[in-house]
Amino acid sequence: MTPRSPRAEHARLLDEIGAVDQVGVEERVAKFATRSIKKASKVWGLRMALSMTDLTTLEGKDTPGKIESLCQKALRPHDDPDLPHVAAVCVYPAMVGHARRCVGGSGVRVASVATAFPSGQTHYRTRLAEVRGAVADGADEVDMVINRGAFLSGDFARVQDEIAGVVEACGRAALKVILEVSELETCDSIRMASFLAMGALRPGDFIKTSTGKTALNATLASNQVMIEAIRDFYLDTGVAIGMKPAGGIRTARQSLQYLIAVKETLGDAWLTPRRYRFGATSLVNDLLRQIEREKTGAYQAPYYFSEAAESY
Amino acid sequence: MPQARTAPRRTRARLIFGDLWEFDPAPETADPRLKPRYDLFIDGRFVRPRSGRYFDSINPANERKLAEIALAGPADVDAAYAAAAGAFRSWAATPGLERGKYLFRIARLLQDRAREFAVAETMDGGKPIRESRDFDVPMAAAHFFYHAGWADKLEYVAPGHTVAPLGVVGQVIPWNFPLLMLAWKLAPALAMGNCVVLKPAETTSITALKLAEVLQDAGLPPGVVNLVTGAGGTGALVTGHPGAAKVAFTGSTQVGKAIMRQLAGTDRRMSMELGGKAANIVFDDAPIGQAVEGIVDGIFFNQGHVCCAGSRLLVQEGVADEVVSKLKDRIRVLRVGDPLDKNTDLGAINSSAQLATIRRLVASGLREGASMFQPPCRLPERGFYFPPTLFTNVTQSHRIAREEIFGPVLSILTFRTVDEAIEKANNTAYGLSAGVWTDKGSRILRMSTELKAGVVWANTFNRFDPSSPFGGYKESGFGREGGRQGLLDYARRA
Repeated sequence: MTPRSPRAEHARLLDEIGAVDQVGVEERVAKFATRSIKKASKVWGLRMALSMTDLTTLEGKDTPGKIESLCQKALRPHDDPDLPHVAAVCVYPAMVGHARRCVGGSGVRVASVATAFPSGQTHYRTRLAEVRGAVADGADEVDMVINRGAFLSGDFARVQDEIAGVVEACGRAALKVILEVSELETCDSIRMASFLAMGALRPGDFIKTSTGKTALNATLASNQVMIEAIRDFYLDTGVAIGMKPAGGIRTARQSLQYLIAVKETLGDAWLTPRRYRFGATSLVNDLLRQIEREKTGAYQAPYYFSEAAESY
Repeated sequence: MPQARTAPRRTRARLIFGDLWEFDPAPETADPRLKPRYDLFIDGRFVRPRSGRYFDSINPANERKLAEIALAGPADVDAAYAAAAGAFRSWAATPGLERGKYLFRIARLLQDRAREFAVAETMDGGKPIRESRDFDVPMAAAHFFYHAGWADKLEYVAPGHTVAPLGVVGQVIPWNFPLLMLAWKLAPALAMGNCVVLKPAETTSITALKLAEVLQDAGLPPGVVNLVTGAGGTGALVTGHPGAAKVAFTGSTQVGKAIMRQLAGTDRRMSMELGGKAANIVFDDAPIGQAVEGIVDGIFFNQGHVCCAGSRLLVQEGVADEVVSKLKDRIRVLRVGDPLDKNTDLGAINSSAQLATIRRLVASGLREGASMFQPPCRLPERGFYFPPTLFTNVTQSHRIAREEIFGPVLSILTFRTVDEAIEKANNTAYGLSAGVWTDKGSRILRMSTELKAGVVWANTFNRFDPSSPFGGYKESGFGREGGRQGLLDYARRA
């Protein structure tokens, strides 16, 4: 007899993937923060973080003009032509067309949030239509939100089926599945949601912490729970899923701590924008400021770095 | 159907922990302010040894000489006891509030000079700067703070009794946590009103002698604390001295037994904190990722030079393969090398003698048929280093499962049932600590009563707090350090 109740579903999934101890996770990530990255290794890390950034604007007041400014920043983060461009620009579906025209074939990818971002609370058919629209407008990547209502009520099959539907609607576009960790609350739930999502994803797709629209965004701890899930899933199935922490990562120092977590948990194969991204905007100028400091030995005033979109 | 967690891996997927992102050296550069020569600290002053003899203290990370340390002989130890006895009456009569002020002052001065002490500790003993900076020095200060708080509240330490100091206490401490063990010994003794003659380990005397500078700065009355340095011979003089009302020893079981023989038939009190061979027990419902982290903390903390190290891993058969495989991946990213580098996880082995002991026991493990795993790592050419090491296929009869290795070497055994885990965990001459990893609260409670160990950690390992008593069963010794219990070991009850 197969148990059907939500509680049984919960117990079965947790038994399959194993529990997480939050205190232990906090202790583990505290060690990443004690690493001291200097000189050439620091520059390498800063440049890698820059190339992994999804430069993001997700506001009601976004205009084509602001998207252009964001894209220009993405293509040419700073005066130094040797610096890499960022990984992608991340915008609302209505702005995908503008962004597509701005970045052209530069290698900067266009990511669109979709599926009634950030709440996801609309009809499934509407959410799918939004995904198809964004892809048709030229999105290379789609950032979807999971159905937290279904997850919290124990309807795991529905959560996974919806993700599978979005994968199909994406076609050739890569998918990033946002768990919205602050609404899942526990480490166990984050791990369960990670596995549900990865079960429906293709190699090269991502799981992502958060929308940036709630009080608590990515933390080193939630990042750790998710990359350990990615590691365990990879070791079990051979399928490599990417990771994107989003929101709350504002300083170069923070981004290096995330990269150390990746290096020591997933290893070298994930130290690439194809498998790891930062959803952030103000991070970029702090990275640039630190890169300049390593080069010149002095911190430069903020007005030497062009603003993308964050402060106005 | 859910896939059993024991199922063998279907893929050949492997993680790559390579050199794509190498870290540059990140040495801690604070000045340890070492003197070229350290004398004995007797009656509040640094004095030359009567013998005139000194020995070298070297840095185990590169075998270079750090300083010369005085070698105390019988006349010096006599002088130290005489100074302590002379100071005792007035120190014991000093109001607790005033004694507490000295201890608070010592704690704060130690905090002020924390970086300097951390660097000195790392250079003298070989432990990673991350540990001396984040654990040894702050925890030593915490012990002085904690006991400073007790000093004026001693009438409440044993309800229904009044307590009085014992007199002069002889103390001998080990080389694995030189400053911290000194704090564990000094703080409760002083709070209670005792005077002290203490001998640090011969390979790690420097931070004790630096603390003597702090004691001077704190204005501690002369003679309350006296430090005599030297090797085992000096230690025997300290523990055998008729002026001692109590002897407190932390170190090997072998030396502990010798001291007990020495003191048999006398009325001197003893407390002994000796060796261990702790079981770290992982059940199949444990959070595996965090258990692996705890196993690593348990055995590789301070290169495994920890008496309560989780040196025997007992893992339930159903999850054994997963745990071992994850442990191997985890220790691939441990950084072994220069202890002063802020990114070093495993520093230098404390001495060439200890390195030889580790090598000898590891060789016995191989000879007796256990399988060894060591991750590839580059060890510095000079200095004493040993890579993190796992042994699988270990049984209860292997020497590496019975003897204390005191190095970064983990012996992995399996079990099937809870009762078997308890039996195997207790099947040792030692009983200092144990760890239990499970999601089931009731099982933790049962294990904590059935495991014959002074400390049982649940879903964590190597956690310490000044308010928590620490000590062992069986050949791990007797007496407690820390907390109310530790304080009472330095008191006479009336």
